[in-house]
Amino acid sequence: MPGWQSWLQQLREHPLYQLTITRLVEFYREPEAVFWVYVFPLLMTVGLGIAFRNEPVVRVVVDVVERPGAEQLVQRLLGAGGGGSGRVAGFHFRVERVPEAEARRRLRVGKTQLVLLPEREVGQGEPSARLLYDPTRQDSVLARLAVSEALRHGIRRKATHGVREEAVTQPGGRYIDFLIPGLVGMNLLAGGLWGIGYVAVELRVRNLLKRFLATPMRRSHFLLALMLSRFFFTATEVVLLLIFAYWAFDLVIYGSLWQVAVLLVLGAWSFSGLGLLTASRARTLEAISGLINLVTLPMWLLSGVFFSYERFPQAAHPFIRLLPLTSFNDALRGVMLEGRALSEQPFEMANLMLWGVVCFALALKWFRWR
Amino acid sequence: MTRPTVSYAIECAGLVKVYEGDPPVQAVRGIDLRVPAGICFGLLGPNGAGKTTTLEILEGLLEPTEGSVRVLGCSWEDGDSGLRRRIGVSLQETRLSERLTPRETLRLFRSFYGCGPSAEELLALVGLQEKADSYVRHLSGGQKQRLAVACALVGDPELVFLDEPTTGLDPHSRRQVWGIIASLRRQGRTVVLSTHYMEEAERLCDRIAIIDRGRVIAEGAPSELIAQLGGEHVIEIAAADSLPDHLDDLEQLASVRRVRRFQNMVQLTVSEPQEALEELLCYLRQRGIELQTLRARHASLEDVFLSLTGRTLVEADA
Repeated sequence: MPGWQSWLQQLREHPLYQLTITRLVEFYREPEAVFWVYVFPLLMTVGLGIAFRNEPVVRVVVDVVERPGAEQLVQRLLGAGGGGSGRVAGFHFRVERVPEAEARRRLRVGKTQLVLLPEREVGQGEPSARLLYDPTRQDSVLARLAVSEALRHGIRRKATHGVREEAVTQPGGRYIDFLIPGLVGMNLLAGGLWGIGYVAVELRVRNLLKRFLATPMRRSHFLLALMLSRFFFTATEVVLLLIFAYWAFDLVIYGSLWQVAVLLVLGAWSFSGLGLLTASRARTLEAISGLINLVTLPMWLLSGVFFSYERFPQAAHPFIRLLPLTSFNDALRGVMLEGRALSEQPFEMANLMLWGVVCFALALKWFRWR
Repeated sequence: MTRPTVSYAIECAGLVKVYEGDPPVQAVRGIDLRVPAGICFGLLGPNGAGKTTTLEILEGLLEPTEGSVRVLGCSWEDGDSGLRRRIGVSLQETRLSERLTPRETLRLFRSFYGCGPSAEELLALVGLQEKADSYVRHLSGGQKQRLAVACALVGDPELVFLDEPTTGLDPHSRRQVWGIIASLRRQGRTVVLSTHYMEEAERLCDRIAIIDRGRVIAEGAPSELIAQLGGEHVIEIAAADSLPDHLDDLEQLASVRRVRRFQNMVQLTVSEPQEALEELLCYLRQRGIELQTLRARHASLEDVFLSLTGRTLVEADA
């Protein structure tokens, strides 16, 4: 017990621990910083996820005339417990229950696309209906097709048209699935540049770097603490983002979680090298802000954060693939969406590592401590 | 604390620092200093005189363009980790982390040394116990400065550098910092401080070097420097009408050592103030000059600076 305690005491007095913990404490005492690191990415995910969610293209408004047999029709159309709206065979139905005169008026003025009139029951409780529509209106014709299709599916579940249909909107192929790894990459890059580059210059401007240099502090401890503390923020941020995406958008990770973790560590490390290099000479906050934008903006555009870089001309692809964020995004999408192992993506892994090594080497060489 | 047996805490010779640029700036133009161990040594001079550059060279934070430095018998080129542990530094302007508390700040700095007084002892030494757990940004200027001094003491240093420790502080805070500095000297540490307040230098320092435009223009104990003026008292007079141009014969008066004119004010350095006043009043009466102002005071380092440079410290700052 005393041995364990003295070990803990030693850890607490270790410069690496102190440097890391004070950065963490400082960060969490700054509400704005917490907002930008944790809340903002989630808000962005929600915003983009909602804006680009996969919606059925066709909306169909159907009036069912209130008569005996109406409820059966609605059930047939929407399935049991459908209430007033539902998705059937790619169509989004909204059903209104109205008296006949009102339904006909609504059809005439275009408030509804189609009117279903329940008819006398035939056979064994199969619902039968008359279908009123306006053949001159495109939406009404579409509604007729949709409703008769839905009713036929309902009446004879096993449709044998010689054509089999398959919907391909499983998790993995949606826009949100493409977007989440891109956002993770973007946040990791921003974390490396703002969380390490900007912070290092701020400490330099405040003369704190020079003050630390006047102590026996080891420079490696300082840089390592900067990276460790930042990695702690980034890791929590990314895990939050993934959990949120899982909860809100049914995000599925096809590859292994620990490979995702390895890739996150590698990416965070590589981008901190980039951040440190960007910060190595800058003497003012204006200069470092400009430099960070110069480094990040092209990658946000080119590296496939919001849309695939396949949209850029083929000739530009080799250049785009050399960018570290492209490698990270491609590799993460490979693991998350395609279930590929990191070892199956040697170019991406090597490129990311090379960026890290070169950036760190140059940053340590050029870093201005005073 | 074990005291090494070096007679000088600091020896430097021929220090020159040129900042690259267009045109290059010669901040330090040949400074030689010898600071005996255990004293409080002051670098006094106006802003821009080269005090901070000199200190940062001595602290091993800047490389001199020319010249040699030995601190506590060691040279910065021999690897600095050992030497760093033995000195404490407070830079002219360091913005400590605003969202840490003094206790956290001291613990952080202490971790670099791995020994030395505890955070609590240091807080008590600089009188910050009550503020130990409030954020640094809620401290007053004087409290921040005392925290900066405490940070310089975390490694229990033999030699402490304080760059303008009281600049911008109100008189009360200044006196508190002076109290801390005086206690450091009593503990047997060597203190090197820079200041542009002559009162501070006079009160705290055993020896001072007056620096102007990158050079040491005078060095010695404050009392010695004042004595070099030839008299320890100053009489200043100003007349209602302008004083006659030729007052050179004032120097003929037996007790007057030196006469200097500033616009319509005349300053006399005298050895025997009572005798000098009698002679002076007699002299003025004979010539029918009516005085508007008459002031007699002890000579100060300000007068030393004035006599050496022809400018007051305040003028030199501007």
